Order: sequence, then C-alpha cells, then structure tokens
Amino acid sequence: MYDMKAIYEAQSVPHAIQLLQEHPQAKVIAGGSDVLVQIREGRLAGCELVSIYGLDELRGVTMETDGTLRIGSLTSFSHLTRDPLIQQYLPVLGQAADQVGSPQIRNIGTIGGNTCNGVTSADTASTLHALDAVIELTGPEEIRRLPIHDFYLKAGVVDLKPAEVQTGILIPRESYENCHGEYIKYSMRNALDIATLGCSVNVVLSEDKETYERIRIAFGVAGPVPLRATTAEEQGRGKPANEETVEAVAQWVLADINPRDSWRASKGFRVHLAQELTRRALRKATKRAGGAM
Amino acid sequence: MGKQYKLVKCTVNGVPRETMVDVRASLTDLLRDDYRLTGVKKGCEVGECGACNVLIDGECFNSCIYLAIWADGKHIRTVEGLQSPDGGLSDLQQAFIDEGAVQCGFCTPGVLMSAVEVLESGKEYTREELRRELSGHLCRCTGYENILNAVEKTMKKRLGKG
Repeated sequence: MYDMKAIYEAQSVPHAIQLLQEHPQAKVIAGGSDVLVQIREGRLAGCELVSIYGLDELRGVTMETDGTLRIGSLTSFSHLTRDPLIQQYLPVLGQAADQVGSPQIRNIGTIGGNTCNGVTSADTASTLHALDAVIELTGPEEIRRLPIHDFYLKAGVVDLKPAEVQTGILIPRESYENCHGEYIKYSMRNALDIATLGCSVNVVLSEDKETYERIRIAFGVAGPVPLRATTAEEQGRGKPANEETVEAVAQWVLADINPRDSWRASKGFRVHLAQELTRRALRKATKRAGGAM
Repeated sequence: MGKQYKLVKCTVNGVPRETMVDVRASLTDLLRDDYRLTGVKKGCEVGECGACNVLIDGECFNSCIYLAIWADGKHIRTVEGLQSPDGGLSDLQQAFIDEGAVQCGFCTPGVLMSAVEVLESGKEYTREELRRELSGHLCRCTGYENILNAVEKTMKKRLGKG
C-alpha cells in the first residue's frame, strides 16, 4: 500500500487540468517511477495525486506538417527507442532513452516525467537541450511552448504553472536535419545507476564534410540543471572537423560547466569527464556525419 | 477523506478477474493479496531488484511501482502462468533447473518473466544483449552466469539452433 491521501484518474487532458484546479495540492503522476518511490521514501507521503497514466493520446511520436517531431509526454523510454521516426531522424534521443535505469524502468518511465522532475541527471534531458527541444504545456487558459532551456528554473524545479500539464515535446526540423549525434552516459554501473555525468553532442558538417557548420553540446550533472556549452559550441563553429578542433572545443567546455562535489563523484572528476566525454562524443558524432576523424 | 476504491477488471494468466481495489495498492499487493499469486515477490519495493516483475500486455514491469488501479483492462502474466495445464514446467523453467540457475529462488520468478519477454520476441540475442535485457534483476546467489546460460540455451533451442 502506498501512503497517499487520494488519487484522481484523469480521463482526458482537459479533465486532468480540471482535477488539478479542484485539487491544487495534488501532484501529477505519469509512470510513477519517481513519484511512487518518493512516496515510499516518505518525501511525498500523504500526498494527493492526479494520475495521467491512462491518457493514451499523450503516447507516441508523430511528424507535423512542417517537419517538427512531436513526442507525446507519456511516451515510455522503450517505446521512444523503438519508434520508427526516432530511429530514422533522432537516433541519439533513442540512444539516450535506452540508458535509463533498467528494461522494466524503461517500460514505465516517460520522457515527460524525465523532464518534469527537473533533475540534472535525467538521461534524455541533456539530449533534449542539445536538440533545442520545445516543451508544450497545456493549462486552463492557454497552451504555452517554451524552449527547454527556459523550462528548467533550478534544481528540481521546472516552469509548470498551477494546473498545467506537460503534453508534448517538440523537436524542430533544423534540430535533426543533416544532424548527427551521440550521447554518452558515464555511471558506476551499467544498469540501474544515475549518471555521474552525461554528455550529448550533435553536429552539422559542411557539404564537403570538412567543416563544422554547427556543434551543439549539452551536459547532465555538470550543473544544477542540464545545460548547454554555448561558449565551446561557438569556438567550434566554422572550424575544420579534425582532432585539433575537438581538443579546442573540449578545453572551452570549462567555460560553460559548473559541476559540484557530491557523494557520487568529485567536482574534479566531473570536470575531467566533461572534457573527455566531449572529445569522445564529438568524434563519434563527426564520424556519423561523414567526417574523417 | 475515507477509503477510496476502484473496480478493476483485468485478465491474469488468461483468467478474467474483477476486484474492488484500494487505490493505494500496488499491483504487487493486488496479485499477492487478492489473487494469492505469491510467485510475485516483494523485494526492494522501489523498482530496483526486479523480484516483482510481471508481464503487462507483453512488456515487463516492476509491479511494486505500478498502481493496481492502472491494471484495469490489462493482460497480466506472472510466473504461475508459465506452467502447463498438467502442472509441468515450461522449457525455460526446466532449463533454469538444469543449468543450476536457481539457488535461493527469490529472484527467479521475476527473471523468468523478463526471459519470457526476451524469448517471445523471437529474436536472437548475443550474450551481451541478453545480459542487458536481464539487467533489471538483482540476484545475490548465482552470479548470473547460470541464469544467462539457461536463457541462452532456451533461446537457441526455440530458434532451432540448439
């Protein structure tokens, strides 16, 4: 038995919003792999819940007419990884989702929950930052679309207004077209572990595959929320796609990150990881894009 | 607020079931306490050990972090559903015995259900892939090698390559 005060099951998105208005203290539960564990731990004991788990309309990946990939917020990690559109256009996101927890956790955990919990180590969050994802929030009055960077306010806190539900994650066409990526998770165990540091890189090469037209780099656990290494990205723009640029970009990453000491790892180790994972992910992404590395 | 209940209709090991469940119950609670399917083990109860793993509509879930009310309309399979009508063991279960993949047995029902999902996909997995597919289970006795042997052997047999 879970120690909860009450649970209300939403039958539709408007119904979920209505329930959240009627029960302002209630927390949204999607797959529950965070919420139920926190109830067990006592942190959320005695809470009221609004369950959106039954809302199948929030599951799956579709392509909109302008080429935007729309990921329903309740899409599970395993379904995301196996989705044909993701495999074709965004394999790096499928790869990131496939690093979460264990097979069972990947069947219950959702990409919406992974972002709404506001956690820096969330495996899909750094890749979504690197892809300039847009978060769709449906509320009582309006639908807001926020760049993922603005959605994260501080550690564990995201910009969800009262009675708002995250309904989708949108990936604009520019984020995947001619774009190749790699996500590397460094953790102490190969399964059921939280990232010590995560690094997601994607690149667009010039037509002759000689030059970086665009590099995007994002980290998890290199700061209180997932973050982009914009200084390092700028330093790589227009530079030749070679080992020298990779090294320079990895050095400039230090200007962007702000990791801390924790019981999982020291700040020094995380700095080392941020640079080394940048090198490895950038090399891999460059090769995938057809560059000689 | 008084106690809250919900009528849950689901199929468990092929048998249609209808139960009024306390909304606070996990699926583990429902399966063990209402249906007496004690092959579903309570281990960590936070989704880490895999002892409570069951198949829901063909996918593996840790039933300890799955609310019983969500089971409405679902097809659930537990280790009890693996035995044949005459009570005999499935080929997979027999392989676990033959390979010494069972010691204390607490993790076994959960591991078996993950192996069922793997085997029913009909795909051939490498040893490394199998290791990854079964990574949601903790076993403190066997060291996993014999479990992998049993699953690999059954997979090859079913694919006609054994």
